[in-house]
Formats: sequence, C-alpha cells, structure tokens
Amino acid sequence: MSQYIIRRLLQMIPTLIGISIIVFVISQMVPGDYITASQNPNMTAERADQLRAIYGLDKPAIQQYFIWAKNMLTGNLGDSFQHKMPVTKVINTYVWNSFVIAFVTLILSWVIAAFVGVFSAQFQYSFFDKVVTLLVFLLMSLPSFFIGLLAIKYFALDLKLFPTGGMTTAGLNASGWAYIKDVAGHMILPVTVMTTLSVGSLTRYFRTGMLEVIRQDYIRTARAKGLNERTVIFKHAFRNALLPAITLLGFELPALFGGAMILERVFTWPGIGQIYLASINMRDYPLMLGFTMFLAVLTLLGNLISDILYGVADPRIRLK
Amino acid sequence: MEQPQNRMEQLQEQLKIVKPESPWKIAARRFAKNKLALVGLIILVLMFLICFLGPLFSPYELNQTDVKNKNQAPNGDFWLGTDKLGRDILLRVMLAGRISLTVGLVATAISVAIGATLGAVAGFYRRYADTIIMRIADIFLALPTLPILITLGAILSDLKIEPSKRIYFLMLIIGLLGWVGLARLVRSQILTLREQEFMQATEALGLRDSRKIFLHLMPNTVPIIIVSATLGVAGAILTESVLSFLGLGVVPPTPSWGNMITAANSLIEFRKRPWTWIPPGLCILITVTAINLIGDGLRDALDPKMKNR
Amino acid sequence: MAKELVEFRNLETHFKTSAGTVKAVNDVSFSIREGETLCVVGESGCGKSVTAMSLMQLIESPPGKIVGGQILFEGKDLLKLSKKDMSRLRGNDIAMIFQEPMSSLNPVFTIGKQIAEPLLHHLGMTHKEAKARVIELITMVGIPRPEKIYDSYPHELSGGMRQRIMIAIALSCNPKLLIADEPTTALDVTIQAQILDLMRDIKSKMNTAIMMITHDLGVVAEMADFVVVMYAGKVIEEAPVLELFKNPQHPYTQGLLKAKPIINQRQERLYSIPGQVPNPVNLGDNCHFHDRCEFCMEICKVKTPPLRAHADGHKTACWLYEEEGKRNERNVGSVGTAAE
Repeated sequence: MSQYIIRRLLQMIPTLIGISIIVFVISQMVPGDYITASQNPNMTAERADQLRAIYGLDKPAIQQYFIWAKNMLTGNLGDSFQHKMPVTKVINTYVWNSFVIAFVTLILSWVIAAFVGVFSAQFQYSFFDKVVTLLVFLLMSLPSFFIGLLAIKYFALDLKLFPTGGMTTAGLNASGWAYIKDVAGHMILPVTVMTTLSVGSLTRYFRTGMLEVIRQDYIRTARAKGLNERTVIFKHAFRNALLPAITLLGFELPALFGGAMILERVFTWPGIGQIYLASINMRDYPLMLGFTMFLAVLTLLGNLISDILYGVADPRIRLK
Repeated sequence: MEQPQNRMEQLQEQLKIVKPESPWKIAARRFAKNKLALVGLIILVLMFLICFLGPLFSPYELNQTDVKNKNQAPNGDFWLGTDKLGRDILLRVMLAGRISLTVGLVATAISVAIGATLGAVAGFYRRYADTIIMRIADIFLALPTLPILITLGAILSDLKIEPSKRIYFLMLIIGLLGWVGLARLVRSQILTLREQEFMQATEALGLRDSRKIFLHLMPNTVPIIIVSATLGVAGAILTESVLSFLGLGVVPPTPSWGNMITAANSLIEFRKRPWTWIPPGLCILITVTAINLIGDGLRDALDPKMKNR
Repeated sequence: MAKELVEFRNLETHFKTSAGTVKAVNDVSFSIREGETLCVVGESGCGKSVTAMSLMQLIESPPGKIVGGQILFEGKDLLKLSKKDMSRLRGNDIAMIFQEPMSSLNPVFTIGKQIAEPLLHHLGMTHKEAKARVIELITMVGIPRPEKIYDSYPHELSGGMRQRIMIAIALSCNPKLLIADEPTTALDVTIQAQILDLMRDIKSKMNTAIMMITHDLGVVAEMADFVVVMYAGKVIEEAPVLELFKNPQHPYTQGLLKAKPIINQRQERLYSIPGQVPNPVNLGDNCHFHDRCEFCMEICKVKTPPLRAHADGHKTACWLYEEEGKRNERNVGSVGTAAE
C-alpha cells in the first residue's frame, strides 16, 4: 500500500513540473509588474529598479523560474508583494475562511444529493423523479455569479433576511458564541447558493449509480431473502452506489481548500479565492503563482486520495 | 407451381422486416421520444432565431444612446427597459446572445478539433505518441482552469487588444483549455476499435495511416464527439459568462450576457433596476439548460449503453 | 400422493413493452406437491423464470404485472397477501437461488453477514445464534473451513462456492419450497454435477420441495419427479418424469427429446426443431408452436389447444389428441396413433 502511494507521488512530479512551467510562462506574459501596477506616484525610476532588484524581477525569465522552482521545493512560495508576508502565510490566513463554507457546503450537498438521488432512482419514472431530473438540469446550468447576485438582491436587500456579504458584521466586535452566531448568519446565503450549485450534478451521480445498482442480481437476492424494501435500498443498494461516489470525495479536495473565487467575490467573503482575484489586479506574482501551484497540488493529491479511498471502500480491490 | 412463388414472397416479406434501419435514424427516433430533449431543442432554436434575426426588427441601434430615455423600466417602447445610457436592453441582450452563443460554439469547435485529433493520434499510434499526449493531458487536467483563464484574460486586457478582436482570442483560450476530456474519450474508443476485424482489413488493403484514422476510425467516434461537443458548448458559454462578468472576457462596448450582468456591480442598478442585469442572466440559464437537455438526449439516443448515465 | 404445496391457477403475467404487450405467462396452471422436485423446462423466453418470479412476487413493475389468476401456497392466495405478509414468506417459507452465482451476492458484505441476514430478519436470532447457524449452514453445503469463509467476501470465492453459499442462504430458514432458476447453467460441468448432488442430498434430508427451472434435459432426468414443459408463455405438457421421457406427447416435447444427444446412439446429425421461437409480442389465440410443428393442422392456427389429461397425470395441450382436432383432420399420422 505505502509502495503504491509512493509510486503515485513520484508520478506526480513530472506533471507538477509541466504545470509549473505553463503557469510561470503565462504569468511572464503579463505586461508590467508589481512595481508598475502599484502605481505609486512618488516612486522614482531608480527606486523602482532597486525594488525590482530586491524582488529579483530584473533577472532573465529562465533564471527567475529556476529560483522560484527551487524555493518551491523547500516549501517557500516567496513573499507576497501586496500582503508583505510569505505566500504560504497568506494562503494559511485566508484558506480557512474558504474551508469553512466549502466544508458545510460539501456536507449539505452530499446529504441532499444522496437522499434525493436514491429516492429518485427508487421511483424511476415517477412524477417526483421527473421533477428531480428537470431540476438537476436547471441546477447544473446555473451561472454561479448570477445566482449569487439574485440571492443577495432578493434575500438580503429586498427581504433583509440575511446580511449582504462579508463574514462578520462591521463594528460588531463579538467573541465566543456571539461571534460564531454572527459568522453563521453571514454563511447562510453563500452556503445555500454554493450547495444549490453543486447539488445538481451530485444528485444525478447518485441517481445514476442507484439505477445501475438496483438492477443488479444481488439486489434481487436481497429481495428474495424477504428483506423489507428499506433495508434492500439503504443497506444493499446504497452501499454499492456509494462506492463510485467515494472517488468523488477526493476530487472535492481542491474545492474544499481552493476557495470559490467568483462566489467569494460576489459575497465579499474573505476567502483565499477572493484574495487570489485581487492579486491578479495587483500583479502579485508570488501569490498568483503560489496559489495556482497550490491548487494544482491539491488536484493531484485529490486524485490520489480518491483512488486510495476507493481501494479502502471496495473489498474487491482492497489493497492488502 | 404456386408454392415456390409463395416462398419467394415470404422471403421478401421477411427481408423487408430484417432490413436494418440506419443507426442515425434509430438515434433520431430515440431522441424524438425524449420530451425534455425536444423541449431543449425547441428553446435553443428559438434562442438562436431571436438572437440572430431579432435585431433586424429592432428600431434601435446597438450603441445608440438616448439620454431622454435612460433608466426606463420595461414598457411598450422598450420591452426590457433601458440602461443608464438609454440603450435598449432587449437589443443588447439579443446582440449579446449572438456573441455568447458564437463564442461558445467556436471555442467548443476548437476543443473538439484538438481533442479528437490528439485522442485519435494517441489511440492509433500508441507508444510514444500516446505517452506524450496523455502526459500533456494529465498536466492540463490538473491545471486549475479558472485561475489560468483569469490570468490570460488579464493579459488580454493589459495588451490593450481591441474589444472586437479580443473575442477571437477569448474563443481560442477557452478552446485550448477544454480538449482533454474529449481526447481521452476518443483515445479509449480508438484503442478498442483498432483491435477489431475491420481494421485488419484496412491493414490488408495497405491504406495510409491518415486514411485509416480519418475514414475508418474517426467516423465511429462521431457519436461520443457529438455528445461531448454539445455539453462542451454549455460549459464554454458558462465560462465565457464568468470571465466577462469579471471584466476579463468580452469587454464593453461589445455586449455579452456575462458582461451585461456587471451592471449589477453598481448598487443602484443592482437594487432598483434589475431589468438591466436579470434578463441576460436568465438567457444564460435558459440556453445552458436547453443545451444540457439536448446533450443528455443525444447521449441516450446515440449510445444506448450509456443510458441513464 | 403428497399434499399440494403450491398451485398456480390460470396465472397471467404480462409485460408492457414499446412494441406491445408480452404475455410472458399466459394462463399457466400446475401444482407442486410437498417434498417433490418439479422441473419447468423450456427454451429461454418461454416464461419459466417469470412464472417463478411471479410466485416470489418479484416481477419488476413496471413493466411487468400479474394481471390474473391465483397462486396458492398452502391454500392461501399469495396474490392477495399484503406486501409485508409476502416478504415474511420470502426467504423464509419460499427461498430462491439464481442462475448467476457470480453476481447474486452483494460484493460489499461478507459471506457470513449475507447468510445471517434472513436468520436475523425472519427468525429473530441474536447475532451469536446466527453465527453458529451460519457456520453450520456453510458446512452443510459442503464448504470446508467455514470460519474462514464466514469473513470472506464474495469475490474471494469461486462460482461453484458462491452457488453453494446461495443455497446456504436459501436453506437458512428451512423453506418449504426452494426455487432454483437455472442454478447450474453458469457453472462448469463438473461443478454442475456437484451442485445437483448437493441439492438432491438436501432435498432428501430436509424434505424441501424444489421448483427447478432449466432448459437442460440432462438436469431434468437427474433431478425431477415431475416435469412441466412450457412454450411461449404456456404449459404445453406436464407429466411424471419417467412417463414424459418414455412417452412424450406434444410435438415440441418430442423435438426437445430428439434434440438431446443420447450416448451410444450415434446419429448422423443431431435433430433440431425447425424454425424459431415466435415473437412474444401480441401472440394470437392459436397453438404458438404451430408454425414449427410438422403435424400442424388448420385448427392449430386459429384455436388454442386446451391442456388436458390423456393419461394418468400426463396432460398435453395439442390438437392431435383432441376429438375436435381429429375430426378436423383425418391425416394425423404416426404420432396420433402412438399416443393411443
């Protein structure tokens, strides 16, 4: 097992190198740099050159790449120009805000999708199933930012049910329980929107999985044993339908820590996604590159985790 | 001697029944039975007609501003109201639709061309070609698409590319990042196909590789390409709208559904004049849903094995 | 003669398809007596499995539906039972094993858990009692080292072992009737023989009635006390096994027996029944075998022959043996006389 994991980790290296080259080349194509983007009117040309020398921006691109890549290997993603601290620290500061809503969203959408998918499959062709099928298509087709805006307009501005954005109420320096309540209140709308966006395809996945499993011979065996339908569906069928879904859990990793860029901006949620969007405007290369590589590593790790999870969950391929 | 004649008739009768329908006909019939997919098709056709022919009947011009009539709520003259410059929203939504639909279609065409070719080459030649192409595919698969698109969008903005030309770059960018899924599908299909008897026949005939690939192998992958391309268009339209909303895709004055929604960035427009940004959003939603329904219907119709997937 | 355990009375099970209604089981009547092994024989698609699934009430609905008739089990009509009462019988009084041992066990649960399930569910055993009983059952179906098997997963066992496990599950609650739907078709020949031996052994020990569905006349000859022959959704002949093999009446049965190779009787070519099984959609009121039958008469094409006893316990549905048929056509040929 550990041998398998090590082999897979080694296989990730060339992929990561490829990604790092692409990401670096693209960032080099951006005209101007942090010094010009910061638009400080008091900055003299000498001072700017000095700064470029400090940040290593005056060196040839290839050299910059190797410096960057070497540092990355030691876990040093460089310093963010804009935040004046190491990129790792910036990520660490904001990623947890992203994680909180992503995690709640994950739990909610999985539970809802599992239930709806299972019932929809069990009563295939019923009215309920047809409504679910159509809804799934609608949900899968939602433009995220538009739905976020609609939600803010109707539920926050017009009905005043929730705050319009942010993570805490400005000026309210709550702590302890009151703080948690305040954050939770701010989370409701973004989490609802994010769940809505992700629940469609998941439901479809569960429904398809269940439909396939329900036709299997062992489900007929379970029925022939005289078990009641609930046991047949939730014990015998669901366990099997869950197997392929477990691989999806690994793929959720980048979503958990990567931040929902667009929605974080729409809801002004102080997550890593929003910080990243801002870094592009500021040409904050270390942060841009660092975060993109962070996402790529998460994606690759997620793939590995999903393979391992599948092996753990399915006795047929359980690795000894 | 009636007997033999009868027998012939019987045989002919049987032959008539046995005569196979073309797979495309069968698929068309299956598709026609899928009510949701048909509804999707009708909606999409309507959307195309409205966007491409509608502006011809509009009394207004694209960038014709009209200060007297600015910020009008929907009314008899301006069915969807006007924006803060007095431009007719309906006309803008229709013209934006032209752009968004075109970007979606062309970007997908680029993805399909790259994906199908690379997939076929990888599957046909195997060995080094396969290893290299699939390695590149792995890299693209792990590449965080949205950040890359956003960075590229920012580059386009910095290079000060004319808005009218910018659309082409945008199509190219979206297309370049979307080929991996199809390449993998085509590759695996070709890998199985090339082991079948009819390919040994082409071997015996001494056909050129390009002939084998494009005349004998690729036609068999057309169903998966069609399905994947349809769903790809939906994805490309969504991607374009996100980028345009961030101001990094199609930029004003060229309207697109995504950049029209940026009107919501101003609090007054957002709250008090929802007609400026809700119609383009609904257009995206309706179009993408319709395309997804069609894509699903096509999948069921073209690939019965994939049914319910 | 033993008491009747199951009686099918004019059972009708139909399937709605896009092409039309398929009468998969069309007016089928026969009975199974206690402790008896009854074989239902016929080509695939003749309705033999659907008959068994109707008895279990596991017909997938839609598209299938039992539209008429009765299925009496110990005198009670199963079709009138509530879902709950029916599921109490399933796996308990009536158990079933299937053709595909490879896929009939749930891949994610251990063997022990799967055998124990009906014990916990129907007999209300504790987990400890159940485990002891499971070990006993695994031993009974002839698998060594039952403790190890108890914790194994299905994929770790061979096809023959899995079929033994299926039999263990089926026997767990001492059923009065065991339905076996082509239990050996998917297995190697040597394993087939072992499984059949096991079933015979169990039947003699536990006095369980067996309804065995098969297309293999070898299996019939080895296992059956009584045989029901089905064709296109109908019972066309039924008789005690020796009588049927000695004296087949229906031309289809005769064809089936001729199609079977007989050791020491080398023939030029094995007989095969000409033609094909009719399209099951919208079959008319006639003898469905008429277009393949070498004795076909006018009446066969327009009227359904009744299933009637022509000898003791031997029923046939064929116009050749009916007065009406003989009146219609004098030229019956050798078969007609052979039956008399």
